[in-house]
Amino acid sequence: MDYLKHDIMLLRGLSRQDSSSINAIYKDVYPSVLNMVTGFSGSAEDASDVFQEGMIILYEKSLDPDFELKSLIKTYLYAVCKRIWLKKWQRDKKTEEWVDDNSQLADNEEEWERMMQRQEELTRMESALKSLGEPCKSLIEAYYFKKMPMMEIASAFKYTNADNAKTQKYKCLMRLKKLFFQDKKG
Amino acid sequence: MEEIQIAEMVERYLSGEMGDNELMSFEHKRKTDSIFNKAVIDHIYFIQHLEDTGKIMALKSKLKQIESNDLKNEISTFGSTSKVISIWRKNRKTIAVAASIAIVVSAACASIISFFSNGKNTHLKPLVEKMKEQDVKYKKLESQIGKLKSESIQNNTTPSPKMESKFRATGFLIDVNNNYIVTNAHVISEASNQLAVENNKGEEFFAEPVYINHETDLAVLKIQDKNFKKLPPVPYSIKKNEADLGETVFILGYPKEEIVYGEGYVSAKNGFQMDPLFYQLNTMAKEGNSGSPVINKNGELIGVISQKRDGEEGVVFAIKSSSIFDAIDEMKKIEDLKNIQLTSQQSLRKSDRINQVKKVQEYIFMIKGN
Repeated sequence: MDYLKHDIMLLRGLSRQDSSSINAIYKDVYPSVLNMVTGFSGSAEDASDVFQEGMIILYEKSLDPDFELKSLIKTYLYAVCKRIWLKKWQRDKKTEEWVDDNSQLADNEEEWERMMQRQEELTRMESALKSLGEPCKSLIEAYYFKKMPMMEIASAFKYTNADNAKTQKYKCLMRLKKLFFQDKKG
Repeated sequence: MEEIQIAEMVERYLSGEMGDNELMSFEHKRKTDSIFNKAVIDHIYFIQHLEDTGKIMALKSKLKQIESNDLKNEISTFGSTSKVISIWRKNRKTIAVAASIAIVVSAACASIISFFSNGKNTHLKPLVEKMKEQDVKYKKLESQIGKLKSESIQNNTTPSPKMESKFRATGFLIDVNNNYIVTNAHVISEASNQLAVENNKGEEFFAEPVYINHETDLAVLKIQDKNFKKLPPVPYSIKKNEADLGETVFILGYPKEEIVYGEGYVSAKNGFQMDPLFYQLNTMAKEGNSGSPVINKNGELIGVISQKRDGEEGVVFAIKSSSIFDAIDEMKKIEDLKNIQLTSQQSLRKSDRINQVKKVQEYIFMIKGN
């Protein structure tokens, strides 16, 4: 089997969040990202953050039916991570001469901006969820993430019945919505 | 209309709970009331966004776990697409014999690829390039609605197509709350991509390795499939003490496409080359029996089939059940796995063999993967 086919399968695995695929990608790419980041005065922690962001982008790509993997995951993900680190670098105004090699990235600047904006929105939702507090946070997670049936949620959260749990869930959802959009304005 | 009511309506719409009349009036209102329609669209976006965030959070936590495992460099968790760093037993020869038990079913590369590309068929993308800019956003929304709807339908019924498997082995449930299945570590090594388990009714569920230890040759899988329905407590208990020499046992496993019963006895208290982690059994085990539970007449699980002696019929080695307890102790130290709990309600002691088998077989799974 050629390498690209193998990587396309890995990408499929990633789209399902299959742990062995994620692990394989990590083993394959993380060392070079770590080298790159620490080589440019970053810490191991920076490298880990950059890699995480890169993986999220790759994951979202794996779900995009229009995305076609044209290079190996290693090449693609490394280029994405490099770009992320470069942007962070520039933002911190530690600018040094650094050739930005985007040849492996088919994405243009516009697409990149869109991806970054998307990352920001996802982070915003995550922090809105965090500031929601309990039991709302767990209730929302149980229903929308774990897809637990309302009956089970009711008994797990000690509500008298499923309808009652449902009402609470909607109230929590409305609060989350408010928090999310508030944050956007602020 | 209040926002909360709209939210409720949208979710009923997405989950397909609306009746025909309600659906018609809902669609009608969307067409005629633009403010209502916007609120509906906004809410769909919001839900989609929330669910995406959930998936990203799950991905992050998986990454974090992989990273911490990597740092600790302890037992290798997860499959083996890349080189497996692991504690191999000192005796590599044993492993070579072991590996032969998980049978390799032919798997043409092409068929694997076609399995993986199946998902793509659901996303059709006609006319995209011909669309005007402002239509693209709308098209994306429509496809998102379609995706959400198809996801909720999947939740209910649609069985997924069967996996193209490269091998077949056996495993058994030990924890019905977390759906943990025990099998052999060498079984997991056969899979480079996906793992699935199949119950005795032929239903298939995706699973993921959460623990692998090549030293004891034990692995634990977690069923990660929303279609899997929780089972009542496990009918067998796991024996802490050593089994007795001469004890009669039975095994259940998948040496073929259906579950197969076998009998035998403990013929020695140590394994190959006096390996103290194994029993030697006298029984018939074939390729596919790797991971089969070995159960005594009281309904206690005393071991897990792992290897057989090459060329010597009837000499089979089983991992002692005490290694399962060691695995559980190790799992309890890991944040995401610490909830593991043996959920057994021993109900086999007074049953005869036929009824014991009847009760047990629901908990024995075929392990497949590619």
